[in-house]
Amino acid sequence: MSDALIELQNIDLTYNPGTVNESCLFTNFNFKASKGEFVSIVGSNGSGKTSMLNLICGGLSAQSGKILLEGKDISKVPEFKRAKRIGRVFQNPALGTSPELSIMENLSLADNKGKHYGLGRGVDSSSRERMREMVRTLHMGLEDKMDLKAGSLSGGQRQALALLIATMTPLDLLILDEHTASLDPNSSETVMELTDKLVSEKELTAIMITHNLRYAVEYGNRIMMMHEGRAVLDMDGPEKEACRVEDLLDIFNEISIECGN
Amino acid sequence: MGVFLSLAENVLREGLIYGIMAMGVFITYKILKFPDLSVDGTFPLGACVAAWAISSKLNPFLACLMAIAAGAIAGCVTGLLHVKLRISDLLSGILVMTAMWSVNLIITGGSAIKQFFNMPTIFNSFPQGAASSAASTGLRLTVILAITLGVKLILDWYLSTKNGLLLRACGDNSSYVTSLGIDPGVMKIAGLAIGNACTSLSGCVLAQMNENADINSGKGMVVMALASVIIGSALFKRLSFLKFTTMAVLGAIIYKACLMIALQLGLPNSFLKLLMAALLTIAIVSEKIGKRGVENE
Repeated sequence: MSDALIELQNIDLTYNPGTVNESCLFTNFNFKASKGEFVSIVGSNGSGKTSMLNLICGGLSAQSGKILLEGKDISKVPEFKRAKRIGRVFQNPALGTSPELSIMENLSLADNKGKHYGLGRGVDSSSRERMREMVRTLHMGLEDKMDLKAGSLSGGQRQALALLIATMTPLDLLILDEHTASLDPNSSETVMELTDKLVSEKELTAIMITHNLRYAVEYGNRIMMMHEGRAVLDMDGPEKEACRVEDLLDIFNEISIECGN
Repeated sequence: MGVFLSLAENVLREGLIYGIMAMGVFITYKILKFPDLSVDGTFPLGACVAAWAISSKLNPFLACLMAIAAGAIAGCVTGLLHVKLRISDLLSGILVMTAMWSVNLIITGGSAIKQFFNMPTIFNSFPQGAASSAASTGLRLTVILAITLGVKLILDWYLSTKNGLLLRACGDNSSYVTSLGIDPGVMKIAGLAIGNACTSLSGCVLAQMNENADINSGKGMVVMALASVIIGSALFKRLSFLKFTTMAVLGAIIYKACLMIALQLGLPNSFLKLLMAALLTIAIVSEKIGKRGVENE
């Protein structure tokens, strides 16, 4: 693990500093992920999973520490600029698309990411067929409803579309923030399979937060468990391959007992 | 019958002029979800710019372009206050609206009403119209219709471009715009600039028709524009072939018709603003009731 793609160095993060609600989450927190890794992060609520992703994406800034993307410090780069290299799918399916725009318009916008959003035609007739083909790979029958508003799709369909949109243009890093958590079991399974397919097809580096321990075990090549702003478990390679859901549950319970829950 | 026709012509004329503003407010209120109060200041801004330009013997069409530019700048200020200085949307609008009062007075040279009778305006600058000081009713309506239609077509075109799609996405999901690598704040400022440019043009056309600019003419413009937008989109939303710009203009015409009918039925002039506020209240409440039926909230 020499060439880290994304690296968090000596992060200190305190919420509401200087007030009665002050709560320290990270002290000297470090994290590293190399190119090609698919890291699943598990852990109880408030363990710092989402805060870590927000630090990487730029929605949150730490009191001290560095965030390096391919060796370059991006901790001062605004969120929208980081988004050019970092794709993200949220827990809420509504956040990944524009509900008022049609599927076609949403995809056309995403296809233009990284380029200039000028006064050219929003939906290019030449790329229509290409977009349809892309949507066909979802196997949801959406390729015949390209002019439907994204807001009228089901959560599973919207999340699948959001995944497609997030990975359409070349990416350094894909961030999945509990992206299956608000879906029904069936859609959740479909979206997870699609995630795995896209990540391996496009050889993406991905960081996924999930509360589904089975997904953490079945997918990806590294598991990390977080607790109170620390990584209490970090497995990859054969160790990760051997890990079972029961093992994760045991560790989970141990931690909870320590905390007196 | 003659009275009725002239009233209908009046409604149509004013509805079309205020329709330009309604289209602008549709962009800020319906697309960006930004209740922009600066409209009360940028409407007379357009009128004052027109009065200044025409009194300075500038081309009346150039006056329109200047009004558009002035409105766009004012809209940018509202946007910058909100996006860069993080002042709330309502307060940003109030600040610009208040500041505009002074700006408008400076433009008119300190007078609240600036007249420019018998000067070339967009309504009499045509070969046949130049001769008669009072342009014919038909010509007047044609000029207004052409301008409103022109603005509508430009806005329709813009909203189908890549940049326009981004603007539409910005209003209903700004984190989506962020994830596309674009600063949603910039799009907000752009939208406010467009909205206020339309409003200012609307004020400019009205002033040229009346041949005077009244810096008080902005009072209640927000209420009028919002009511037009809400009425238009509520009444015509099922007609999916209608573009939102058309709905906004139709809304403005219907709104003007309501006011006209009330005045004809004997409502005293002093009650006008009260009626305007009541109409907007009814429009907003009925929109909410309509939504409840669908979403069952």
